[in-house]
Amino acid sequence: MNSPIVTLENVSKHYKNLPALSSINLQLAQGEVLGLFGHNGAGKTTMMKLILGVISADAGNVTVMGMKPDNKSAWHMRAKMGYLPENVMFYEQLTGLEVLSYFSRLKGQSTAHAKALLEQVGIAHAMDRQVKTYSKGMRQRLGLAQAFIGEPKLLLLDEPTVGLDPSATAEFYQSVDRLKTQGTSVVLCSHVLPGVEQHIDRAMIISGGKTLALGTIAELRGQANLPTKIKPLGLNGTLANDTLLRPYLIGADSLQVPEQEKLMVLRHLLADDSLRDISVESANLEQVYQYYLQQKAHSNPEKMNNSSATENNKAGA
Amino acid sequence: MREIITVANKEFHDGLRNRWLLSITLIFAVLSVGLTYFGAAASGTVGVTSLSTTIASLASLAVFLIPLIALLLSYDSFVGEQEGGTLLLLLTYPLSKNQLLLGKFFGQGGIITLATLLGFGASALLLYIQHDNFAIIETFAYFILSATLLGLSFTAIAYMISLVASEKSKAAGMALLTWFFFALVFDLALLALLVSADSGLSQSTLTQLMMLNPADVFRLVNLAGLDSTDVNGALAVAINANLTQGQLLLILLSWVIAPLAMASVIFKNKKL
Repeated sequence: MNSPIVTLENVSKHYKNLPALSSINLQLAQGEVLGLFGHNGAGKTTMMKLILGVISADAGNVTVMGMKPDNKSAWHMRAKMGYLPENVMFYEQLTGLEVLSYFSRLKGQSTAHAKALLEQVGIAHAMDRQVKTYSKGMRQRLGLAQAFIGEPKLLLLDEPTVGLDPSATAEFYQSVDRLKTQGTSVVLCSHVLPGVEQHIDRAMIISGGKTLALGTIAELRGQANLPTKIKPLGLNGTLANDTLLRPYLIGADSLQVPEQEKLMVLRHLLADDSLRDISVESANLEQVYQYYLQQKAHSNPEKMNNSSATENNKAGA
Repeated sequence: MREIITVANKEFHDGLRNRWLLSITLIFAVLSVGLTYFGAAASGTVGVTSLSTTIASLASLAVFLIPLIALLLSYDSFVGEQEGGTLLLLLTYPLSKNQLLLGKFFGQGGIITLATLLGFGASALLLYIQHDNFAIIETFAYFILSATLLGLSFTAIAYMISLVASEKSKAAGMALLTWFFFALVFDLALLALLVSADSGLSQSTLTQLMMLNPADVFRLVNLAGLDSTDVNGALAVAINANLTQGQLLLILLSWVIAPLAMASVIFKNKKL
């Protein structure tokens, strides 16, 4: 097997006395897409900067494509990395093509390459207009085109779908899927959760610079042990009389079933001839995410009090 | 090298696009042609005045203008990109901090150099055509060279400011203070020192102190070759010091390199 593209071993980073990351371990394989989730200030951007080699870790080892990214000798591989920062304002007075040509040339690529990328992200029609006339979505597409320069082997995308409309978001995920099949590893940083699930192989949830969870979504769901929602149709209220199903009943005709009893309950329901339709909804990524954050809050009672205090304030307002 | 050229090319074209080159050249040309023809208006005559008077008045105006223009052109060079997020992005590219610094310096320095050459060169050419005296070209060559170095020096100083400042508006304030210090305060302080120290301050000490200000070095370069009758004040004293124009130009050159090296050190230690 190929060696991992990115390896973080016990990596810690602090700014002055503020710990930004502590003891992070991560391996990213070739062609793997990792979703990195966390609140603002959780350490997502710091982690990306460490992988990019813009900053150096205080402890632990960061290895990217077999090299230390903050080392001078590793600079040639930067041409094989793409990065989309969270809020980037490109040179307003330049046209879209001028901006992208500039960045392309810095990575040793031609203007023709820049044009093709603008075509790919769908803003080729506006490439001769100044960036200051661009809408938020167009700027975001320009940023994505910038990250795609030189067919990178590793892509680090900070909030890539902010400002994109649904169809552009879908197009963006298609590009991610395509790059993945070409063997590109992707780290997707986001707090916009819906829609991202089908496109990531693994998810990492961090908070306060610590890893809360790391694994495939199925694994995380299993660990969290969140119930599945089952909604049978056509049973006309007989659910309440069913001794087997009654404990799971929430509301008139929906059931909340623990993951391990899901199949048993489904079989039982399917045996009923009056069943017309059934919908099964597993816990989504958002619920998994909330679960892990709450777990952390429980283990940290001080934080708990703070959050309940703010809730009271909200109620008061 | 490709990286430096790419950055320099972009910065130079920014200077063209923002009409910086055009406006600086125009300012210099109007200033020098105007002074050449109307410099003697105060004494009741209009027409081409003596070469030394022209250079003396050009130098005393350029010493205010050039630092101001260079600082204005470059003060936001880094802090502006930092605020926009492109500085961080550029540093994830296969591009070292020194390459970025040098690229910007060559690009924006190119604008200053070209503007000085075209602006002041225009009046040199005009004078030469009328008088057919090669001394004019020679004197102006020194003037243009020193003016360019002065501009480059303040471009490098502007980079230091731009790398230290955390916000664009703070950088603007710092640039203004820097200009105020080198263009006005420094000379006033020197004059005060000269008066208060009664004969305690030797001529060589004064000259050495003047080396601490690139604007004064520029003045000295241009006045050193002239009749001291056209010059007065503290400068007249310093002019008689035994420094050749070549030596002064070298000192001015070190006023370009030193701030640039400082900027490089600041950039290296900058937190992103």
